[in-house]
Amino acid sequence: MTSQTLAEIDRVVLPAAGLDDLFDSLHAEGYPVLGPTVRDGAIVIGPITSSDDLPRGWGDEQDAGVYRLVRRDDDAYFGFAAPAGTWKRHLFPAHSILWRARVVRGAPVIEENEDHPGRRALVGIRGCDLAAVAVQDRVLLHGAHPDPVYSARRADLLLVGVACGTPASTCFCTSMGTGPSVGGGADIAMTELDAEDPARHRFLLEARTDAGRAVVARVSARTATAADDDAADAVVRRAGSRITRTVDNAGLPEALRAGAEHPRWDDVAERCLSCGSCTMVCPTCFCTDVRDEPNVLAGTDDRVRVWASCFELGHSYLHGGSVRPSPSARYRQWATHKFSTWWDQFGTSGCVGCGRCIAWCPVGIDVTEEIRAVAAGPTQEQGVADGRHDDG
Amino acid sequence: MSASTPRVAVVKFASCDGCQLTLLDCEDELLGIAGAVDIVHFLEAGGPVLSGPYDLAIVEGSITTAHDAARIRELREQAKVLVSIGACATAGGIQALRNAADVQEYASVVYAHPEYLRTLATSTPISSHVVVDVELRGCPVDKGQLLHVISAYLLGRPPRLDSSPVCVECKRRGTTCVLVAHGTPCLGPVTHGGCGALCPAFDRGCFGCFGPADTVNAGALVGRLRHDVSPGTVTRLFHTFATDAPGFREVHALEEVDP
Repeated sequence: MTSQTLAEIDRVVLPAAGLDDLFDSLHAEGYPVLGPTVRDGAIVIGPITSSDDLPRGWGDEQDAGVYRLVRRDDDAYFGFAAPAGTWKRHLFPAHSILWRARVVRGAPVIEENEDHPGRRALVGIRGCDLAAVAVQDRVLLHGAHPDPVYSARRADLLLVGVACGTPASTCFCTSMGTGPSVGGGADIAMTELDAEDPARHRFLLEARTDAGRAVVARVSARTATAADDDAADAVVRRAGSRITRTVDNAGLPEALRAGAEHPRWDDVAERCLSCGSCTMVCPTCFCTDVRDEPNVLAGTDDRVRVWASCFELGHSYLHGGSVRPSPSARYRQWATHKFSTWWDQFGTSGCVGCGRCIAWCPVGIDVTEEIRAVAAGPTQEQGVADGRHDDG
Repeated sequence: MSASTPRVAVVKFASCDGCQLTLLDCEDELLGIAGAVDIVHFLEAGGPVLSGPYDLAIVEGSITTAHDAARIRELREQAKVLVSIGACATAGGIQALRNAADVQEYASVVYAHPEYLRTLATSTPISSHVVVDVELRGCPVDKGQLLHVISAYLLGRPPRLDSSPVCVECKRRGTTCVLVAHGTPCLGPVTHGGCGALCPAFDRGCFGCFGPADTVNAGALVGRLRHDVSPGTVTRLFHTFATDAPGFREVHALEEVDP
């Protein structure tokens, strides 16, 4: 570090042509990087070694049940909305071996999973997905029983957020208070500026924590000016104004509770495939199934945890059958947990407004429309909710 | 082999032998299996052909003749545990296309002398004829599931077979949805998992070989698939290896009422 003051380090501008400086700095600080990259016709989260791995010049079009990777007419590195893949799998893996049992000299020995990935940087995480990390932190880290697998992956994480300038039609972060700017939890917040003009294409970097400062201090960057700050504000303002979907959270938890018998649940069940895609792409869903995987030939038995979905019949299986046998009951469980009972359980909404459940639903069911219909209250056919709780 | 080593038979009915090949394809594990059990009947492997009783019978294929209908009942009497493997054994297979057609007409088109054939009008799963202890779906079955069932059997505990739909397995695997992102017709949303979402991982739509998921909303998926392909193509998608499985077979009717 030179004679720069802390304040100067905190807000700097990096030319887009020098973006690899950031990756070099991250590597120098010991952080392997995960970030957005193009794979299989979509933007997914994967290992990033340099700016070449980023989706430069790629964008997306997302609508209910539709995702398309499209070429942009500029060289923006982060010119897309919520990536197809979630960051979740890198913190809360889809498949984890919790422990392995093997027989040693006639006695069972338990080997716990002590896999610690160590330092990692998530580069390019949006406000919505950053909020999702905070939601999962509350569930998996700050409860009475912290999850060891999540804790090990969360511990040495550096979060490098990028303000969203390109929301999709499926996005509603402004309703959920999670974007398009980079909210709390980021070590470094970035904004991509003037991607359409190669001479001015640059990034505003704001270091927000000591770990973030250590990285930013290594970058060859100039101090940000008021003009840079104004340009960054404009990016976020413009993005916010382009978001069309909304959720009215005022009174929503209560309205959904009151609407337990609303006929809309049966209506959505006519369209719902019960395929579980919405829950799998949701960055906050945390349900799992635990099973034993014996390998009699190797003489081992793995206790394995995999992602599971409340849309599966087996998810609510208790002695004698499933508690939620109908697709209607299962859709209601998911939607009311996200927008109503999550508040009771964890003190926040379970939704961050990323819109993935809308885009990746094969039949394009829009949860914002469904809950709006239920929250609007009784329909003519239904009359006043009668308080029954019939799951069938 | 000691007296306590389980006697295992691998037996086939109307099928292509592909599921038995999955067992033979367990190259690394096969020697271990062969050491843990006494394979007393396995024609496909060129092994012995000994009569029962058997501790474990692994059965491939569907029932399409009166002779086979009698043979499966005899096998059931000889087998303590009977595991049926593959789409033929669990759903009737692609040969169950005859169930919604006239088998005499099919035979007259295919064979020069159909009068020599003695076949049933239907192709039905093993479970339509005898009690089946475990069903493994797929065309072919999944090697991991097959080894899991054998492992569980040897340990004397029930197998744990995932009932998640293919979409859940696809997302676990980290595959991008080929239907949503590419417009590729895919039966994943209505198909029983167990394959680990193999086809979408290779950029192909699921062709439903594991048969219907626990919950099937075929009507909703048919409506969606028609955005990308013709109604006739949608019907054909549902009518391959699990054509006569409840949940898939009704798609004919859907097409008729809604052309």
